[in-house]
Amino acid sequence: MSRKGQAGRKEGRVRSDCWVSVEPRGEGGVTVSVESIVAPMYGEAIERDAVDGLSRLGVEHAAVRVVDAGALPFVLDARLEAAARRAIPDLEGELLPEAKPWSRYGTSRDRFRRSRLYLPGDQPKFMVNAGLHSPDGVILDLEDSVAPSEKDAARYVVRNALRAVDFKGAERMVRINQLPEGLEDLDYIVPHNVHVILIPKCESPDDVAAVDERVVSILADRGMKSPVYLMPIVESALGCWRAYEIASASKNVVALTIGLEDYTADIGTQRTNKGRESFWARSQVVNAARAARVQPIDTVFSDVSDMDGLLASVREAKSLGFDGKGCIHPRQIEVIHRGFAPTEEELEKAKRIVQAFEKAESEGLGVVSLGSKMIDPPVVKRAQRTVELAIASGILPENWREGGDDV
Amino acid sequence: MSEQKLVRNAAGRMVPAEVNGKEAVPYKGVGGHRPSGKKAAPPLATCIDYPASGNKLVPSIKDALKAAGLEDGMTVSTHHHLRNGDFVANATMDAAAELGARDLMWFPSASFPCHAGMIEHMKSGVIHHIEGSMNGPLGEYCSRGNMKGMGVLRSHGGRYRAVQDGDVHIDIAVIAAPTADPFGNAHGLTGPAACGLLGFALADSQYADRVIVVTDNLIDFPCVPWQIQGNHVDFVTTMEAIGDSSKIVSGTTQITKSPDRLRIAEMTARFVRDAGIMRDGFSFQCGAGGTALSFAIFLMDMMRDAGVKARFVRGGSTQYLTAMLEEGLTDYILDGQTFDLEGVRSMRENPAHVNTSPFTSYNYHGKGNFASMVDCVVLGATEVDVNFNANVVTHSDGKLLHGIGGWQNCLASKCTILPIPSFRNRIPVLVDEVTTLCGPGELIDVIVTERGIAINPRREDLLSAVSESDLPVRPIEELKAEVEDICGGPPAKPEFEDRVVAAIEWVDGTVIDSVRQLKAE
Repeated sequence: MSRKGQAGRKEGRVRSDCWVSVEPRGEGGVTVSVESIVAPMYGEAIERDAVDGLSRLGVEHAAVRVVDAGALPFVLDARLEAAARRAIPDLEGELLPEAKPWSRYGTSRDRFRRSRLYLPGDQPKFMVNAGLHSPDGVILDLEDSVAPSEKDAARYVVRNALRAVDFKGAERMVRINQLPEGLEDLDYIVPHNVHVILIPKCESPDDVAAVDERVVSILADRGMKSPVYLMPIVESALGCWRAYEIASASKNVVALTIGLEDYTADIGTQRTNKGRESFWARSQVVNAARAARVQPIDTVFSDVSDMDGLLASVREAKSLGFDGKGCIHPRQIEVIHRGFAPTEEELEKAKRIVQAFEKAESEGLGVVSLGSKMIDPPVVKRAQRTVELAIASGILPENWREGGDDV
Repeated sequence: MSEQKLVRNAAGRMVPAEVNGKEAVPYKGVGGHRPSGKKAAPPLATCIDYPASGNKLVPSIKDALKAAGLEDGMTVSTHHHLRNGDFVANATMDAAAELGARDLMWFPSASFPCHAGMIEHMKSGVIHHIEGSMNGPLGEYCSRGNMKGMGVLRSHGGRYRAVQDGDVHIDIAVIAAPTADPFGNAHGLTGPAACGLLGFALADSQYADRVIVVTDNLIDFPCVPWQIQGNHVDFVTTMEAIGDSSKIVSGTTQITKSPDRLRIAEMTARFVRDAGIMRDGFSFQCGAGGTALSFAIFLMDMMRDAGVKARFVRGGSTQYLTAMLEEGLTDYILDGQTFDLEGVRSMRENPAHVNTSPFTSYNYHGKGNFASMVDCVVLGATEVDVNFNANVVTHSDGKLLHGIGGWQNCLASKCTILPIPSFRNRIPVLVDEVTTLCGPGELIDVIVTERGIAINPRREDLLSAVSESDLPVRPIEELKAEVEDICGGPPAKPEFEDRVVAAIEWVDGTVIDSVRQLKAE
């Protein structure tokens, strides 16, 4: 009736993951054999969860083998489901872990997106503690970090992580695969409180519209109200050229970012540390994003051992007009936040403007002025954002007004 | 084997009333046991029996053992300064086997995976049992109930104390010496197997009936500084190589790259700073594990930023402690063992890099020791329970896996900090009750995990010292609950047979807990 399905890892140095094989059969119920480094502590739990999981998927008779290197329950479930589906492709139902209370917080359009930490979608060991490092966002990646043969399996890991892992307030993002495959990814993740979808290799407003349409339809089917925001990634000459159209293709786009590895290849050159070859593209992204009233976000800095280089790169990004940067190692987060923090000079000026605005407001004045200068509303807004950023960066206390700095 | 009699000790743990034929004293609480009597002593010797030339050379370890009067049932000791590169302990037992010896007790200051060959000697009856740390394969062998006698695990200070107090009588000590002269003076500073110092062999040299020095770098008298004094030594012999230098010290010690461990290390350093422990003239001790090393590096940066200088730091020394000394961030390194080549070089060249021993640092039955004078110590653990009791010898699966090292001794520090992950893979480190009690909770002050810092409620001073800081201080029960939620509930307890296979001694020689035989699979 069907073949043996297997999923997960068991070769090499595996940690916090497992390998599961499911061999359906005609009779004999579900039998489970477990080989685990945590057998004395959780061997029975693993066996119980495997039997229970298959029964929830409607599999009545199968021989299951689990080779476990300390996989957490949400990972075991994901591997079991992937193996079962590889064995029996037309299985109905999903093996969803309980949605933990901490998976339910929301996000907002204008939140800070200084740092976003990439987490390979098929590597659960990096997921569980990612939120502890306080990135503004985590990106569960289904695209480039996942081997083509594991695309299906990664969906279950990512979906289960969205339900089970505490990302500690970080914005919950998923990078889907390039369209059209990426559209199918949406069915697995959108129902599980994903905040932002990253659309890779975006070249046209139609790509954004297609994702938006599918997202809206999934949400509507489930009666879900909170919007799912979009962050297109332009990674080609054409994508960069159409940056503004892309950024303004949907009201759900909140940020626009750029991928330089593919872009530099596409324009026929190589990526250098100085980055002269991508200066136009980065500026284009900043300008397009600002024109569309969304956040311009810079690419990742890939040398994880070079913190000085990272800081210089962040400062350059900030000076070009970017609001954030991608990261691939948790130790980069603090450096990125430091790099995007307002300078003392910027902050002092912003504080004076905010206080002048608040004073004018409390006195019922329609016009904000600082000394002899009138302050325009966009400048006030920018100053308020700078003050909020300083608070988020930990360089200004939330109660700074009580600190008594004179205007 | 006769029925084992167990008694309940002051920590509520069931421990054997008798260990390897000797009456054992159950743990009575911290500071609850007072020794009496005189120290042990080796037999008197006379110059008449030793060559006036000072030449004590014999051709081989086998000859030395024979000349030392090796007999069945004797206790033979070795030290572990050569760590996982040691050739001497294995060569000693191989020679004893060739001499037909039976039922020896091997008394190492610690064992390493390179000593797995001792299992064959236990199977063949050359070795009866081991009193010392049992790591990896030896721990497994003991946990499965395969060892004839009972294992006894002691701290470094506890081992010195046991020898000094006469609890363990060493018949023959075999001391691996990276450099020695024919009189038996020896040190670890130079030679192909240079390991820095030989402090763990001090008790052996002072109290054993017979002392054999084994070297692969024999030099003319005098071998100075004489970390081991030839006046204690009966025989000197040579080997082609006493160890594999690549496994004795590392070329460079590696700091961790794990973001979670770096986070733990950084939080530990911030705690030490924010609690006011880091101040001019302070002292600290940390090991050479990845997290501990990273802690030292973070603390160094904070000391530099604050313009703070330590009076002394306690090794295991590494290139990082050496850099601190050379930069003037500390006046002294008081070193128990050197972990890398920079440490060895510094100890050789720098008079402020001082070698210490379990006698000076850790001996509980002495007129004080250094451990209690250290402002803070940073240690590891395999498990910690909600009462801050900690385990270092077994894992949650009940298997004996590590030795105690200096760990118990260090708990005497003014502030004991355990930076540990809250779980490893799926194994919770924070538990309701430790599998094996090695350190009582009243001596363990702070647990730093990646998910937050738990401060022992007994330490109101520390709680208030960091109350204004932004450190994530949380109740230990809350951290434990979070970990259990992640791991899918509390872990099941391992299943044991009734038989006790190893006794865990407290620093004063009382028995604080026992390790039981694992249930057959």
